[in-house]
Amino acid sequence: MQELTIEAGKTERHYWADIWRYRELFFFLSWRDILVRYKQTVIGVLWAVLKPVLTTIMFVVVFTKLAKMSTEDMPPIIFVYVAMLPWQFFSSALSEASNSLITNSNMISKIYFPRLVIPASAVIVCFMDFLISAAILGVLLIWCHADPKWHLPAWRIVLLPAFTLLAFLASFGISLWLAALNVKYRDFRYIIPFIVQFGLYASPVGYSSSVVSEKVGLKYGPHIAQLYDLNPMVGVINCFRWAFGSTVPFDTASVVISVTVTLLLIISGIKYFRATEKAFADII
Amino acid sequence: MSDYAIKVEGLGKNYLLRHQAQGRRYIALRDVLADKAKRLFGRRSPISEPRNAKLEIFWALKDVSFEIKSGDAVGIIGRNGAGKSTLLKLLSRIIEPTTGRMRIRGRLASLLEVGTGFHPELTGRENIFLNGAILGMHRAEIKRKFDEIVAFAEVEKFLDTPVKRYSSGMYMRLAFAVAAHLEPEILVVDEVLAMGDAAFQKKCLGKMQDVSQGGRTVLFVSHNMEAITRLCPRCLYLVNGSLKLEGDTRAVIKAYSEHAKQTTAEIDLTSLRRSFEGTDEARLLRLRSLRSEAAGSWCFDYGTPLEFEIEFSVSRPIQDPEIGYQLFSTTGVQLASTSTAQALPLPALQPGRHQMRIALPDFFLNPGTYILGFSVSTSNRNIDNIGEAAQIEIIASKGSIEKKLHRIWAPLTPRAVFEMTGPGDAADAFVGEERGRQAA
Repeated sequence: MQELTIEAGKTERHYWADIWRYRELFFFLSWRDILVRYKQTVIGVLWAVLKPVLTTIMFVVVFTKLAKMSTEDMPPIIFVYVAMLPWQFFSSALSEASNSLITNSNMISKIYFPRLVIPASAVIVCFMDFLISAAILGVLLIWCHADPKWHLPAWRIVLLPAFTLLAFLASFGISLWLAALNVKYRDFRYIIPFIVQFGLYASPVGYSSSVVSEKVGLKYGPHIAQLYDLNPMVGVINCFRWAFGSTVPFDTASVVISVTVTLLLIISGIKYFRATEKAFADII
Repeated sequence: MSDYAIKVEGLGKNYLLRHQAQGRRYIALRDVLADKAKRLFGRRSPISEPRNAKLEIFWALKDVSFEIKSGDAVGIIGRNGAGKSTLLKLLSRIIEPTTGRMRIRGRLASLLEVGTGFHPELTGRENIFLNGAILGMHRAEIKRKFDEIVAFAEVEKFLDTPVKRYSSGMYMRLAFAVAAHLEPEILVVDEVLAMGDAAFQKKCLGKMQDVSQGGRTVLFVSHNMEAITRLCPRCLYLVNGSLKLEGDTRAVIKAYSEHAKQTTAEIDLTSLRRSFEGTDEARLLRLRSLRSEAAGSWCFDYGTPLEFEIEFSVSRPIQDPEIGYQLFSTTGVQLASTSTAQALPLPALQPGRHQMRIALPDFFLNPGTYILGFSVSTSNRNIDNIGEAAQIEIIASKGSIEKKLHRIWAPLTPRAVFEMTGPGDAADAFVGEERGRQAA
């Protein structure tokens, strides 16, 4: 028979073992959230498609047609859409995960399980949305394949899973922070929509990040311009564009910064989440 | 090696109470930032309180040690706030202990989890799997017991209907069926939290009996002394977070009712949380209980009249005042209220201190814990209102009525007159009166 010893201040040692033990719960929670999300099938799936597509069309009109900004020699719609994919995933993971603990407060105050499971499953649901909207990208690629200026190097696409993982980790790291902060400070949720809205323009979704490095670099020097890469989505979006045939060369420095920031976010996010998690049931 | 199921050593749990934040449930970032800013700009004069003066450590549970043998059924009693629920939450790992250590052998499940994680949009089938996983069952285990669960809940026809279309009865049955098939080695039941649904409580108790007879360990928290006596040979008694007594249930319950009679006399209402911001025309100050088992305590014997005195100050004359009490269950359901508007129209209140006695001579509360609130208002505005002024406990200490009460789950037993007529009855009909008072 299993014996469990719980000692004040020493619960940490069970933690990772527990996460493994509760993997089925994690699976079921993700499954529940996905089911619920797509329960009203047409609306659910349609929404995952419509949201990025409509936003992309808007951005194409504003940034490339009206403002005539560079599209790194890609067809404008592809240029925006491949950036919109990770961004949409990132932003929806942020907002879903940050509320996830509050919406599941009933469970948290009634049973034990590693709380990390809840924001993780929220991020998984957003990842499903990401996969669905990625399918639309296939349609767009076929539609644009005749563009003479654009050529799609197949071997670059092989690296997509790695870029997706980077996007996933960045989203998860920030989500952990926000989810924990949201339980601790109940007015934190008012800040999240702002972060998302702000981030949409702070990340190179509608424009090329090379514009930033050129203009800022010219004026303040290249090191100041590199501060822009501290936003982990800059690296992720650059990678995605590069994989889909952008003519801007692969910027290793920027990606290294992105990966570092992402890892820092994940580690500190888990640490902070663990630290506040102990008190969740007390304060939720 | 002894055959314990649960072994607890020096277990403690504390909370930091923020006095300034009273009445506010959550910390807001706004306030934290404002506080920091105040400190930065030196709004703290040398005579002001030290920085952590607002914090007070409250031990919900302190230095509790006990051992429960495998296969035992053990009751936990104590007044509200004694730490019973905290203890259960610690054992079920919902919260983490501040001090001490506990060892638990085997899977521990609590019946307060019933229906946790049910999602209204999902079908009955999906919810069984989900809820099973939440309660700690493996997928194979759920699959094996699936048919049994469905049969028990009697929902075969509606398995693929979203549970939001279920009747509340079906919903409860399904939720309970999953929990009932969990087969934990240690079962924890908190009656206080599960309160509200009589049929459900009965089922819980029935399940508990099955489990304890099946040789598994049961922990049972209840205010129902009769149920505890019936189900648990051994009992733990908590007072203010410490384990006061442990042993044979009858002896422990006796000590409990003795002790409960001696506690607290008067409640200072001035600092209690107000239900809503009233005007400052009047303020409730003090509350005394007058006719409990021992004068001044908040523990009443079943069937005895309740009588209180409240004191309040009035700063400006109040026309058409209304003063009343409200009675709530521990789950917050309002059970009764009466105000002077229904009894006697009060004359205008003049400035100064006033006392008012409120007697409930023919009250009919069944054993349990209740919450008493008081209000001062007029027909068009609230002046002062305290939702939780006192917790009162009704206990059934007299042996004779315990037997009658164990089937009663409703909070109230109003006085009722029963008249029977029919073949064989005497010409003047049989008249029986059932009321608590007789028993006392």
